[in-house]
Amino acid sequence: MITRRQLIKTGMAGSVVLLAAGWLAAPQPDGVVALSGQPLEFLQAADVLIIRSIAPVMLGVAGLPLDAIVQGVDRAIAALIPAVQQELRQLFDLLTNRWARSWLAGVRSPWAQAQASEIAAFLQRWQNSPFLLLRSGYQALHALINAAWFGNPASWQTLGYQQPQQVMGLLP
Amino acid sequence: MSLPDPVAEGVAAGWRVLDGAAQAADLQLHCDVLIIGTGAGGGMTAEVLAQAGLDVLMVEEGALRTSRDFRLLEAKAYPELYQEAASRKTADKAINILQGRTVGGSTTVNWTSAFRTPADTLNWWGERHGLSGLNPQAMAPWFDMAEARLGIADWLTDPNPNNSVLERGCQALGLKHGRIRRNVRGCWNLGYCGMGCATNAKQSMLVTTIPGALAHKAGLLSRARVERLLLAADGKSVQGAEGSLLHADDHSPSGRQFRIQAGHVVLAAGAIGTPAILLRSGLGGGQVGQRTFLHPVSICGAVMPQRIEPYNGAPQTVYSDHFMHTQPLDGALGYKLEVPPVHPLLMGVTLSGFGQHSASLMQQLPHLNVMLALLRDGFHPDSQGGQVRLRSDGTPELDYPLNDVLWDGVRRSWLTMAELQFAAGARQVQVIHEQATLQSSWQASREMIGQLALKPLLARLVSAHVMGGAAMSSHPEDGVVDEYGRHWTLGNLSIIDGSVFPTSIGANPQLSIYAFALRAAHQLRAALKA
Repeated sequence: MITRRQLIKTGMAGSVVLLAAGWLAAPQPDGVVALSGQPLEFLQAADVLIIRSIAPVMLGVAGLPLDAIVQGVDRAIAALIPAVQQELRQLFDLLTNRWARSWLAGVRSPWAQAQASEIAAFLQRWQNSPFLLLRSGYQALHALINAAWFGNPASWQTLGYQQPQQVMGLLP
Repeated sequence: MSLPDPVAEGVAAGWRVLDGAAQAADLQLHCDVLIIGTGAGGGMTAEVLAQAGLDVLMVEEGALRTSRDFRLLEAKAYPELYQEAASRKTADKAINILQGRTVGGSTTVNWTSAFRTPADTLNWWGERHGLSGLNPQAMAPWFDMAEARLGIADWLTDPNPNNSVLERGCQALGLKHGRIRRNVRGCWNLGYCGMGCATNAKQSMLVTTIPGALAHKAGLLSRARVERLLLAADGKSVQGAEGSLLHADDHSPSGRQFRIQAGHVVLAAGAIGTPAILLRSGLGGGQVGQRTFLHPVSICGAVMPQRIEPYNGAPQTVYSDHFMHTQPLDGALGYKLEVPPVHPLLMGVTLSGFGQHSASLMQQLPHLNVMLALLRDGFHPDSQGGQVRLRSDGTPELDYPLNDVLWDGVRRSWLTMAELQFAAGARQVQVIHEQATLQSSWQASREMIGQLALKPLLARLVSAHVMGGAAMSSHPEDGVVDEYGRHWTLGNLSIIDGSVFPTSIGANPQLSIYAFALRAAHQLRAALKA
């Protein structure tokens, strides 16, 4: 995601992005959410809103168990090394910030109210951005949300996938 | 009936096994030989030395997990068994690296493909790196020994339909191809090797040489991260190593330390971990961490008309080396063609695109063929690999810049894979690139591939083969160790793992590491027993 070294590599426009991240390090979230279910290790309330809004658009699936996806993303991040967790913290803080959401992500509505089309446009912009920094931000969201969903057996039926039955019954 | 777990039984029967997470106090240990890392290099070395009666202690950063912990579940296996939960990346994040981090290292999670080091590669090492002792004839007995120890043999069962796509495509286009030998005994043909073998059929270090060493009174300390080697005051030898014991979460330091005094130290922490330990020990400079290779892998997916269930069956059984031989060894990068096992989590993360497009592809999972091209890096003058360096917190990071010679290979390999998949009957083909779309004909694919932007994080690149970074050389100034892995300046330090290779191997590297390790370990045993 966002490291100082990449800043140098991505040049001036990249600098603007990171400066923004630095300036706006104290997130100004759109509102406070109460977390339901199990406690989360890494994700904060504002991050949860972002994941809940982005996941259905990223996965192209309706009726997702969003609480489970949030839990899955949290578990995935908890298993990462501290250096990568710090980068993800910067990414979520950036997306949480009202100014950065509007001008860097191009999402004018608060995450919880953003239309799918607005979120899809954001994802597509970062996916194809000329700046490595933004592409890596997109890739991080893509990997975390896909891992959280397809690592969950609830996703398997629509894929037509199942574990080999000849051995599953023999496992402890 | 439940499946046997011989490693857990051995532990219960009294093997000398210590879990770093279970220690209530700092540890002070001593041994004849300290082996840091329990993968292909460390595992092989441990058995050879322990059988000779030496007091061997193995230290592993990951946890000791055995077949009863292997549940064919990606979400459990990746965080427990892989470096950085299977999402380790190069510095610019362009290449995702799969590398083991558990007792047995990558051998516990690899896909069981066993190739001898190609003669081309060994001859090149002789000619260009002065390593003539590693010629194909001299290495043959070590390959024989490794193959016998690990049950490496022809796989007589039919390839699964995912591998058959590669075989059919090669037949249709007249490309030379072959079947892959595997290190298995009594394999159930399940296809879950990457999540740890639940049936203990895979002859990884976890179930072969490590138990062999433990049965000869070796010790094993897991969840223990070596921070640095302990240097003698004169700087000419090492006295052991020290580091942090880890918490039961496998990652965070427990607050307890360990210190091990040893007569000889073998570094076998893999091609990222070994240079990192040298760097943290103040033993950097020269070639340490330089020329680290990955066999960068490009990917192409295909929708087959028939159901092929690419998650079932032995994962890799067919390969083609045709494009390894269509140009000189140091010319445009050659590539080896294989297929991976296709499981939901890894596929979801790897597939390019998002939304409806990727959802509809994922819903065709039982019909998806995935093909891989492993690019042979380290031979072309512009293919210098990457550099291992330390972050401010001391953890290693591999900077692997992508340049024109590599991108040229990526584009050629996409063309090859798309053509092969259509030749094998694919309905549609999808290059794994963020701007690639599904194509329904070879001609349309060819046109699209010609226009794809060759940029990091647009093209999906992965790697499961980290090699180099502490190369063997015939002169001290050209490398870090000699052809037996003996460190050029520290008399009682050896490096025995994939980091000693002066180029990439040009094939899945496990058997190359086993054979090199056996040769180095037998030399070391003779020296230590003398």
